[in-house]
Amino acid sequence: MKFAVVVFPGSNCDVDMYHAISDELGEEVEYVWHDVDSLDDFDAILLPGGFSYGDYLRSGAIARFSNVMKAIKKAADEGKPILGVCNGFQILLEAGLLPGAMRRNNTLTFICRPVKLRVENNETMFTSQYERGEVITIPIAHGEGNYYCDEQTLQQLTANNQIVFRYEGENPNGSLQNIAGIVNEKGNVLGMMPHPERAVHELLGGADGLKLFQSIVTYWRDAHVVTT
Amino acid sequence: MSLLLEPSPTMIKEKKLYRDMGLTDEEFAMIERILGRLPNYTETGIFSVMWSEHCSYKNSKPVLKKFPTEGKHVLQGPGEGAGIVDIGDGLAVAFKIESHNHPSAIEPYQGAATGVGGIIRDVFSMGARPIALLNSLRFGELTSPRVKYLFERVVAGIAGYGNCVGIPTVGGEVQFDAAYEGNPLVNAMCVGLIRHEDIQKGIASGVGNTVMYVGAKTGRDGIHGATFASEELTEQSEQKRPAVQVGDPFMEKLLLEACLEVIYCDALVGMQDMGAAGLTSSSAEMASKAGSGIELNLDLVPQRETGMTPYEMMLSESQERMLLVVKKGREQEIMDVFSKYGLEAKAIGRVTDDHMLRLYHRGDVVAEIPVDALAKDAPVYHKPSKEPAYYRQFQATEYVPKVDNYEEALLALLSQPTIASKEWVYEQYDYMVRTNTVVAPGSDAAVLRIRGTNKALAMTTDCNSRYVYLDPEVGGKIAIAEAARNIVCSGGQPLAVTDCLNFGNPEKPEIFWQLEKAVDGMSEACRVLETPVISGNVSLYNETNGEAIYPTPIVGMVGIVEHMSHVTTQAFKQPGDLIYVIGEAKQDFGGSELQKWLTGRIFGKAPTIDLHVEAKRQRQLLAAIRAGVVASAHDVSEGGLAVALAECLMSAKGLGARVAISGDVVSELFSETQSRFVVSVKKEDQQTFEQLVQAVCIGEVTNDGALHVTSGDTCIVHIPVETMRNVWKGAIPCLLKSKD
Amino acid sequence: MYKVKVYVTLRENVLDPQGNAVKGALHSLNYREVQDVRIGKFMELLVEKSDRDIDAVVKEMCEKLLANTVIEDYRYEIEEVVVQ
Repeated sequence: MKFAVVVFPGSNCDVDMYHAISDELGEEVEYVWHDVDSLDDFDAILLPGGFSYGDYLRSGAIARFSNVMKAIKKAADEGKPILGVCNGFQILLEAGLLPGAMRRNNTLTFICRPVKLRVENNETMFTSQYERGEVITIPIAHGEGNYYCDEQTLQQLTANNQIVFRYEGENPNGSLQNIAGIVNEKGNVLGMMPHPERAVHELLGGADGLKLFQSIVTYWRDAHVVTT
Repeated sequence: MSLLLEPSPTMIKEKKLYRDMGLTDEEFAMIERILGRLPNYTETGIFSVMWSEHCSYKNSKPVLKKFPTEGKHVLQGPGEGAGIVDIGDGLAVAFKIESHNHPSAIEPYQGAATGVGGIIRDVFSMGARPIALLNSLRFGELTSPRVKYLFERVVAGIAGYGNCVGIPTVGGEVQFDAAYEGNPLVNAMCVGLIRHEDIQKGIASGVGNTVMYVGAKTGRDGIHGATFASEELTEQSEQKRPAVQVGDPFMEKLLLEACLEVIYCDALVGMQDMGAAGLTSSSAEMASKAGSGIELNLDLVPQRETGMTPYEMMLSESQERMLLVVKKGREQEIMDVFSKYGLEAKAIGRVTDDHMLRLYHRGDVVAEIPVDALAKDAPVYHKPSKEPAYYRQFQATEYVPKVDNYEEALLALLSQPTIASKEWVYEQYDYMVRTNTVVAPGSDAAVLRIRGTNKALAMTTDCNSRYVYLDPEVGGKIAIAEAARNIVCSGGQPLAVTDCLNFGNPEKPEIFWQLEKAVDGMSEACRVLETPVISGNVSLYNETNGEAIYPTPIVGMVGIVEHMSHVTTQAFKQPGDLIYVIGEAKQDFGGSELQKWLTGRIFGKAPTIDLHVEAKRQRQLLAAIRAGVVASAHDVSEGGLAVALAECLMSAKGLGARVAISGDVVSELFSETQSRFVVSVKKEDQQTFEQLVQAVCIGEVTNDGALHVTSGDTCIVHIPVETMRNVWKGAIPCLLKSKD
Repeated sequence: MYKVKVYVTLRENVLDPQGNAVKGALHSLNYREVQDVRIGKFMELLVEKSDRDIDAVVKEMCEKLLANTVIEDYRYEIEEVVVQ
């Protein structure tokens, strides 16, 4: 299976994502610069965290006009797994691939710490290796992770079981209904503020994030076996 | 000021306008002699910044020479962007610390942010990949609204910049003392990793080679910042202040990636950051180091504002700019690398052989100065030194504290902002990005793994400036020793030191004495502990309305952890482990946290230190760690053994400790005697540990979630860890929230 | 040439933590009369004349990039200026 880590000017968790895949998951992975036209060679697309374009207007607002976004939309339409973490999530929101928007943390400060998440939906291609209701520890590191959407969108998210992760216990940023991660309606685009790629080895304080990547591989293997 | 309005050379001399730029009458006469004529306005400005303390170290050079700078691991000593030490496997570590005190006092967010930006550029200009940031901060007491504002904004500025560039801020220290009320200290350190063959230097060699400018455009930011940094802050500083430099971390990130790519292009000859005194210092220093000259056409300098004069362009401190020297005819290769990142590399001049810095503007030569006069031949002063009266008085003062309630004292100490948890600070820093952080902030030293090896790097910043104030020589020794202690506790072998000497006005003999003595002490400690000084920075004139800060020589230290399995933290690990103390307590309360709490001030004698004892204990402890028989290790510092024990329990869920002490209770609990450690050891390792380390077993780790201390048959402390943790974690947020 | 002033603010129904913090600070400075603070962004654009309707162009820029209409409102003013 081959992963793409999309690098925008100002991405800075690209290295972490790359090593999580190559060193801990043991799958093939390549960096892809934001100006490419096609992602056809890849089976899954990862949008890493960081500060694309400095996050100067709004987080992710400028990156979503990058050339690569057309290819990302195409991959999304084709049903390939697309994971946006932190700034990657913000880009997916700005690009309209996921509903809602991000506001500043209600603390008004950047927060970096491991937090507890509850797996709300384990029937996605990103979470099949977790138990439903499982509480996992994954670090966050953001200043704008306060998720917001209107009432109608929230109803849809809830009805379609699109809320994948919620903060368990204390909500670090004030997000609506403790939302930490959501998928699109089709279920192949996941955006989340916490960084699973930072929780892939006990050396780093925990490995709860690894199952997320393993879920993607499992999904792909199953799909691949069926189609070949 | 437009060019036409600039004062003429005669006016500069007659009206002594150079004095406003910080030049003395003697220095101006020297300039006249060097040039053989009167300098024009641009030239006077260039001399004034290059001869400022900030750029020339003219007052501190004779003192800095005392530092040992050589050692078997040193690949690059002081003089370049950062010092470099070999760590084996063809790898090396580059690091440096630098101050940004004055800009932070005026505009804390941008001051701190640009301080971080500058030190990152120093490291990647060497060709090294920055892997970690640390800092050392000093503020007044956390009670006045102004101090709270400065503290909050400095932390936000460091976070805003470092997080955006994507370099983890993994460690640091913050202390609060009234001496820093009007003059906070913001020192930033950057650590980088490099392969030996990739080391770059800031040299302009090869006559005819092209000088290229990369990065942000030049504006009127921070003109005369370097001179400003070399003066005391007064009420007038507010008016006199230059346009505040604003950091652009996104530009920095692009510049960083591009510069680390361009080093693999053999068209590159040399590279240097445009830091203090911007274009002036980078061009003059690069030429002076190479023994060449440099010619710049200022019309080609990318400018952000219109109508900039040569004076303004040469003195601008706009951030995120680099100067490159490139082989003639191969400019396009360099331009291609930068254009990938949306950056323009622009040819603005060339290397010459006449040892001159020559500037052209609209067809005219607007400055012509020998480069060596600006760089290595800048004036050096041997300032008079005088032992201050307070020192003699303190040496004659005995101080023995009285404590009635040990529990109350311990809880009070844990809530002192200097001891209290700094979680509020470090949670604003992304300390995990790049996923190498193995020991996060909050233990003795931060530890980062080195990918592709089994090794790790331990790093720390330290300085107890109260000790340095009481006794600069002893305090200087302690600063180095404590940094090394922190490295050792984390499982590392101390390698080398970077220092940032923050002092008051060196023209006052008592201040210069502090500087001299502190450096004497640090140098001796560096020799005994075999940690040479490989880079550093001096920040003098840290005074507000005539009052100097405590002398604060911040020590940044990096050590090598030879194997990942040696990584050790301060937290107790499991019930039943034995608790040992290395080193005995004496009555060392001068400058202690206990003294500050009880009396509200600092006086008396600093704790003494025997460097050879220190070295021996560090060697023994490291040997035990490497033998795998140490479960946790922590140095005894501010607040003494009681605080150290509490700290070992803070992140240990559910654990407690039961210890017995003998002797003078107050000293045993709270004395800040040096060269001491608290270590926990598994029972089965007891014998091996005791063979390797001279230490006293004082008790064991329990699972009852409380700290229990007995003296003889009496229980003198019994506090639930939860209570201690709440006080310790809550102190800083609580002070920030209180409205007064 | 047009000088375009764009004001972007959080939508009325969206919580503004920054605004709340400033309101709190103003209250603690005894400006009790302050009822609400909303913080936004102000942008100034210099736009060359073209054959497209300036109003339509600005509106498009706001919708596409300058504001995120999920959480933000915008308004703008267009002024014709002469640049030397």
